[in-house]
Amino acid sequence: MSEIQTRMGDGYTVSMTPDEVKADLVAGSEDAARRGKVPVLEESELEWLFDLFANPSRIMGVERGHEIVLTKDGSVNTLYSAQLSSGVGLPLSREQAFRVFERAFCFDTMEIGHPDYSFKPVKAIVALEATGVEQALHGTIIPVFYGAMPNFGLYARPDGPFPNPADLLPRGQIAEAREAQMEMAEMCRDDMVYVSKKMAAVGADGINFDTTASAGDAEFLATLQAVEELAGSTDLAIEVGMAAEMVLGFHGELDYDGKRLAGMWPHQQVKVVEKAGAHLFGPVVNTNTRRSTPWNVARATTFVKECSKVAEIPIHANVGMGVGGVPMYEIPPADVLTRASAAMVEIGRVDGL
Amino acid sequence: MSVSHALASGMGGIRTAGDLVARMQLRKMRLREAKEYVAGKLKVSVFDLADSTVMRELREELDIGVITAVPGCAKGLEAKARIAELLDVEINSVKRLFGKVGMTKGN
Repeated sequence: MSEIQTRMGDGYTVSMTPDEVKADLVAGSEDAARRGKVPVLEESELEWLFDLFANPSRIMGVERGHEIVLTKDGSVNTLYSAQLSSGVGLPLSREQAFRVFERAFCFDTMEIGHPDYSFKPVKAIVALEATGVEQALHGTIIPVFYGAMPNFGLYARPDGPFPNPADLLPRGQIAEAREAQMEMAEMCRDDMVYVSKKMAAVGADGINFDTTASAGDAEFLATLQAVEELAGSTDLAIEVGMAAEMVLGFHGELDYDGKRLAGMWPHQQVKVVEKAGAHLFGPVVNTNTRRSTPWNVARATTFVKECSKVAEIPIHANVGMGVGGVPMYEIPPADVLTRASAAMVEIGRVDGL
Repeated sequence: MSVSHALASGMGGIRTAGDLVARMQLRKMRLREAKEYVAGKLKVSVFDLADSTVMRELREELDIGVITAVPGCAKGLEAKARIAELLDVEINSVKRLFGKVGMTKGN
């Protein structure tokens, strides 16, 4: 074996020697360990990953008996939406697309969601959204989630009513930026609770808060507070999927359950998500496009392995475009996608993807 | 991308017992516990849960919905009402159906 064909984090093919692949696996794991203060992968795990990448087969998978449960963010938009959701523009309704995922793609669960996929715009048309969920519930068997993003940015000017922290912070108006974020958080939380309760009323199985904390710690706090209220007042199963591997501290002084939210890594995020009452957690590890896929997969599985280890609720890691070791490319190549998928199960020890 | 994950790692949805294991994860059960719970209720091994050959026959026998379009087999809410009974869990949409028709579980 002189060369191994794999890919960079941007999706382009790269040839590497076995020693280069081994070195990248070690370096990727060490990078995660250094940043997150988590253990590096064990020697046997690095050997397993090397064999995964050295195998010349195009498609790889988990060992029989190790299969996991699939949930999906972005809902069925993938089929009927446009490029903005990596959609292929099929002339299908959401309800039809849901059935395709159940009966043709054999998914274990699926979501209904609005094409914009944010809670704020859904609020005004929630009756339509709840109708879509009802129709899916009547005709299908797999659990039905409603999914959307907190999308905190929509609550600041020019899209929302509050001063924009991104304008205030560069001017040194720290206190004003923090105040604006707390006002945004309150409205964002109320919208998430309002929409989710409408879905609970029609019998949805679950709600998925996707791309959580995309705008940092205040958005994370708003989501945790929404989870807390919904866990105590509805029968919804609640999934919290993250936006990035580390919570950014745009506010910087926010706590939940006595723990500072800014700077949290996946194994720390899951503990506050559990405390809030969520049922499933989706950690994210970002892909570095300038590094190889072996480096990115080793790094992602190092983070997620520790998250799975400390979790008490099921872990459904994000392994899509640009996360979980998958290249940041609109159409992730199946050879590295299936390797990232298998690695996240066998090394990351996840309960689902 | 979704199909690649389904092939590489997924349980298989209603081709197998993927939807049933998912329902137990929605109750905070981790993968092993959820699989063992479902396997116990179905009286099969954990290994069988993702075996479409085993589960295709068993799902029709239990009448909890099958992947192919078989006239007369339970569909949608019919299948979920039977799954709720089989797994001994509440399913929100089934609970709502029973409420609408003035029934309680088991009546």
